[in-house]
Amino acid sequence: MDNIVIVGAGQGGLQAAISLRQDGFTGRITLIGGEEGLPYQRPPLSKAYLKTGDAGALRLRPASFFAKAGIDLIGGLWVDHIDRNAQTVMAGDRVFPYDHLILATGTRNLRPPIPGLDRALDLRTLQDASRLRAALDRPKRCAVIGGGFIGLEFAAVAAGLGHDVTIAEAAPRLMARAVSPAMSERFHALHRDLGTTLHLNAPVTDVTEDGITLQDGSAIGADVVLLAAGVRPNTHLAKVAGLPVENGIVVDAFLLTNDPAISALGDCAVFPNPNTGQPVRLESVQAATDHARLISRRITGKSRDPYAAVPWFWSDQADAKLQIAGLAAPDDEALAGADGTIWRFAGDRLSAVETVNNAKTHMQARKRLAGVPIDRAALFGTGFDISAV
Amino acid sequence: MVKVTYVAADGTETIVDADEGSTVMQTALDNSVDGIVGECGGAMMCATCHCYVDDAWSDKTGPRQDGEDDMLECAADAVKPSSRLSCQIKLTDALDGLVVHLPQDQV
Repeated sequence: MDNIVIVGAGQGGLQAAISLRQDGFTGRITLIGGEEGLPYQRPPLSKAYLKTGDAGALRLRPASFFAKAGIDLIGGLWVDHIDRNAQTVMAGDRVFPYDHLILATGTRNLRPPIPGLDRALDLRTLQDASRLRAALDRPKRCAVIGGGFIGLEFAAVAAGLGHDVTIAEAAPRLMARAVSPAMSERFHALHRDLGTTLHLNAPVTDVTEDGITLQDGSAIGADVVLLAAGVRPNTHLAKVAGLPVENGIVVDAFLLTNDPAISALGDCAVFPNPNTGQPVRLESVQAATDHARLISRRITGKSRDPYAAVPWFWSDQADAKLQIAGLAAPDDEALAGADGTIWRFAGDRLSAVETVNNAKTHMQARKRLAGVPIDRAALFGTGFDISAV
Repeated sequence: MVKVTYVAADGTETIVDADEGSTVMQTALDNSVDGIVGECGGAMMCATCHCYVDDAWSDKTGPRQDGEDDMLECAADAVKPSSRLSCQIKLTDALDGLVVHLPQDQV
């Protein structure tokens, strides 16, 4: 194998390139990114960067790294088409031949069909975050559409900086896809205590010059409107190329599409959940980088193991560090421990552990969830001391 | 400039000039030192920048920061008294010449 092309130069695409070199791949690596500039970290965009504006701190590797590692990084180039027969990737008038293609195309913001939504700002790219920072140059009234991780992280920073913040969430609770109802409650209280106004069951029906309108007709005045209603995977390239797509680019347990010359990783990939076999798509640094490492080991022949990494997530909101180890389905049972830890169960199997400012339990959970399934009775027996299970 | 020596698990030494105020993790990434991953970007959310501070330098780097012990629970390699998260070691003049040893595995 001589030529590997990676489409998408986010953290996952970059990790694939780095891992391939570290695993001994000596052929050509072409890393193509749609955004200009060097690959950067997205998680701080809704956290530290909003406070500091320090874009340099986001950079994952300096320019010198790419020359040294022999990785052809091409920024500001959008790929148009994959020709699977010819094994080439086309971008404008440029053609990149590949022996193996890795799709790391990530996501784009979901833009619901709300009139006036073009007045709302986004928070996904560095450019978005920079624009948003500029809009917050003096105390403003901010309306946030969406009470998920990004909307809430922004809200916490904005409230901390003295802005007046209102959140409108269409679902009955905050972070509904990601955490238990009890954890949603806890963060609801946290944001309320920060002075933020929260509206649940409140789809936004209009974005006007004066702010936003909720479904019940109430108008919320705002100078800045942030759209944070989730993302959609970038699957267009794969779909047009005839690869199976269902809520993401479908891959097997080895992160291969149904074309043995094409892998997919990270936010754009739907892969079998190692615990349940059900297809799952995760939006996290962890999945993107663990996927990348597995693909590299597979290509370089270092390992033929299926993907089995334990998912983990984090969110910083004011002084609360939320960490989730594992992956719970929305209706998995939730039991609250005395220390505030929430234990989730799929039947009798521990599926996820949600903690706040409790890195010790989080890390122990990550370690234990990687081993044999943890039974509810065994955890009860230790008085919920996961290190003792 | 602060000189830092990274000693890989196989004994290979990489000596780099670091910027004061940077961290041992960031300096490794900026200089393409393999053996430090730094997946979470220094947010103390992972343990993939694990290093062992050389005995001669442990007094100067000081004790672990709040929370480091907890994160090291998940380090891929053995945790020793000299173990640190390299994202939490800020480089100052006093650390000019610092030597850190890298584990075999970070993930």
